[in-house]
Amino acid sequence: MRTISFDGVIVGGGGAGMRAALQLAQSGYKTAVISKVFPTRSHTVSAQGGITCAIASADPQDDWRWHMYDTVKGSDYIGDQDAIEYMCSVGPEAIFELEHMGLPFSRTEEGRIYQRPFGGQSKNFGEGGQAARTCAAADRTGHALLHTLYQNNVKNETVFFNEWFATDLVKNQDGAVVGVIAICIETGETVYVKSKATVFATGGAGRIYASTTNAHINTGDGVGMALRAGVPVQDMEMWQFHPTGIYGAGTLVTEGCRGEGGYLINADGERFMERYAPNAKDLAGRDVVARSMILEILEGRGFGPDGDHVKLKLDHLGEEVLESRLPGICELSRTFAHVDPVKEPIPVVPTCHYMMGGIPTNIHGQALTVDAAGSDQVIPGLYACGEVACVSVHGANRLGGNSLLDLVVFGRASGLFIEDALRQGIEMRDASVTDIESANERLVALNELNDGENVSALRKELQGVMQNYFGVFRKGEFMQEGIKKLDDLKERVDNVKLEDKSNAFNTARVECLELQNLFETAEATAIVAEARRESRGAHAREDFTERNDDEWLCHSIYHREGRAVSKRSVNFTPKTVDTFQPKVRTY
Amino acid sequence: MLQVSVYRFNPETDAAPQMQEYEVETGGKDLMVLDVLEMIKAEHDASVTYRRSCREGVCGSDGLNINGKNGLACITPLSDAVKNNKLVIRPLPGLPVVRDLVVDMSLFYAQYEKIEPYLQNNSPAPAIERLQTPEDRAKLDGLYECILCACCSTSCPSFWWNPDRFVGPAGLLQAYRFLADSRDQATDERLAKLDDPFSVFRCHGIQNCVNVCPKGLNPTRAIGHIRTMLLNRAA
Repeated sequence: MRTISFDGVIVGGGGAGMRAALQLAQSGYKTAVISKVFPTRSHTVSAQGGITCAIASADPQDDWRWHMYDTVKGSDYIGDQDAIEYMCSVGPEAIFELEHMGLPFSRTEEGRIYQRPFGGQSKNFGEGGQAARTCAAADRTGHALLHTLYQNNVKNETVFFNEWFATDLVKNQDGAVVGVIAICIETGETVYVKSKATVFATGGAGRIYASTTNAHINTGDGVGMALRAGVPVQDMEMWQFHPTGIYGAGTLVTEGCRGEGGYLINADGERFMERYAPNAKDLAGRDVVARSMILEILEGRGFGPDGDHVKLKLDHLGEEVLESRLPGICELSRTFAHVDPVKEPIPVVPTCHYMMGGIPTNIHGQALTVDAAGSDQVIPGLYACGEVACVSVHGANRLGGNSLLDLVVFGRASGLFIEDALRQGIEMRDASVTDIESANERLVALNELNDGENVSALRKELQGVMQNYFGVFRKGEFMQEGIKKLDDLKERVDNVKLEDKSNAFNTARVECLELQNLFETAEATAIVAEARRESRGAHAREDFTERNDDEWLCHSIYHREGRAVSKRSVNFTPKTVDTFQPKVRTY
Repeated sequence: MLQVSVYRFNPETDAAPQMQEYEVETGGKDLMVLDVLEMIKAEHDASVTYRRSCREGVCGSDGLNINGKNGLACITPLSDAVKNNKLVIRPLPGLPVVRDLVVDMSLFYAQYEKIEPYLQNNSPAPAIERLQTPEDRAKLDGLYECILCACCSTSCPSFWWNPDRFVGPAGLLQAYRFLADSRDQATDERLAKLDDPFSVFRCHGIQNCVNVCPKGLNPTRAIGHIRTMLLNRAA
């Protein structure tokens, strides 16, 4: 097997990966991005409403501490306050950098960046009413951001391995990560990509659910690779269901619709969020809105012959606002819901959207594990940023607009830290032939097996189990049933049949490898969801309906070996502000 | 049953490409063309090869030639494409085929990179954002939304003939996106690099690009603006 060497390798060409790559490329270190799709096809492109940050455009008095307060509250108090402090305070600098790079933000009359209201936002620590803090490029902010980052990587001559698929981590005898095995999809060649710093920016895994806003490519590749390499994952029970996925299609309709004045209605035409969140109404936290929608549906006030969805009303905003502020939504709604939002409301339903959990990291992007004594230990050579990481700024529920900020701030932070580490010198033992071979075992096994089941059928079955047993509302006995079904799937997924053994652009092979990553992600989710016996943020249990701070004001940690679940402390010690103490969370 | 004809070519085993026929049960639903491809791959033949990612028309992966017209498979409903119960799916024309419906986009991306697709402004950056009026920002509408799907350039006869020298509609749309940006200072240098007989002037205003753009953008109009700027510069 051929070896290619770099100082830094970034796996994933979305927002986080390209922001990290840009930092390293500018530093002059030999850096490469491995992306399974051409970078602008990454899922960041689908982000719509914006990037939340206290840049004080809409409100000159705005303060990053208010944003921090909202984020801590939104997380239902298991977001790490040192990380949230870092994200919210560094955020403005990171946003202005993007603007200087050329990101075509929408503008105010003063020529500043346009900001819109989003859910869970407040002024003055929840006391000053709704804030407008989400910086937007119409409703195509992710597209504008991703293309801007790609363009600046082109400018800085970053090396891209586009349409290469990383299969597994390579570890040396000391347990340090020293690169990845990757397949060139076009030729089928497998190589060892050696690196002093391996950054996972592999994105989310929403495809574990049958109904998701996520792209086909969001298959938890980083989670799968991490777990197989003995790296634990954190808070995997925390999955965000976005209130407004288009009914039937699953495609996203931005929260910015409600930020611009849209609201949800039930079949009686009632604006029901007024009952569930009297103050914030339709701009309560996403978990709160999603649950309210499901309750409306369960209580018989849904639309349609099956009463299984509600509607998002926008027509009262007028054609001009819709076409200028939400042009992409108009397009998506006409295409996928066959509804013109200028004239009638869009049918919507809560849809899997975002993985709050992931690989635990510190604010420098360094991946962490927890030793037997319960202390954090840095995993040498491995970093993570963006959706695959759990730093954790989102805790049990992410606020809208915070994912783009997360990926920019921590992609940048990872790059800065690695640049510094490389300057000081990183010494790691080379991987032995055995180390490389053992990392390549999964791929070899897949190529050799001949009698397994069809990948699409297995994937569909897996997605069905997750959808039915681990959705918006969860219950112990159902989850145990779901876990049994996953147990039944485990070996079948291990033995999935690769029906096409050819080399050139073999997407069947990639799909099999992705399925195994989906399974790892799903299993981790299932085990910790069953284990966390409380309701917090996105994790809502019918058998434990209350938040239990005595036992569960903590992160969950999942180790693949023995499917062990442990607890990890949440950080409550920001550096420059007082701790935000847990309170009852209402909107 | 929908009759689907798919362009097949595997460089490892096939001397020449061929069309392969499938019968797909759509259940009378107005599926997207991508849904049909996913059904073929899942239920008929795992080796059928194509690109896809977002499935909502924003990532630009699945530009294909569908019943003779370039478009994105994920947002092209069967009702728009199918004629006489027949769906013919081919790769985008004019670029080398890697396998089945996957084309080699290198030439397309090279033209994009050639126009230096990034903001150039050497004045010291302010502590906040650079200011831009809503009117100046509005000049970027219809330009920045390009998703690099290549539907336009691969429908353009001028690009077919000179893919190495004619920048093509997608690249030129982005060239104008930066020329039109009030924050960009490299207008002269940008125009100088485009000022030759091929880069811009091979556009003959055929407007195939406008007809196929899945985002409703108008590269021909952008090219017209660049022409005017080049002619004014020469005058």
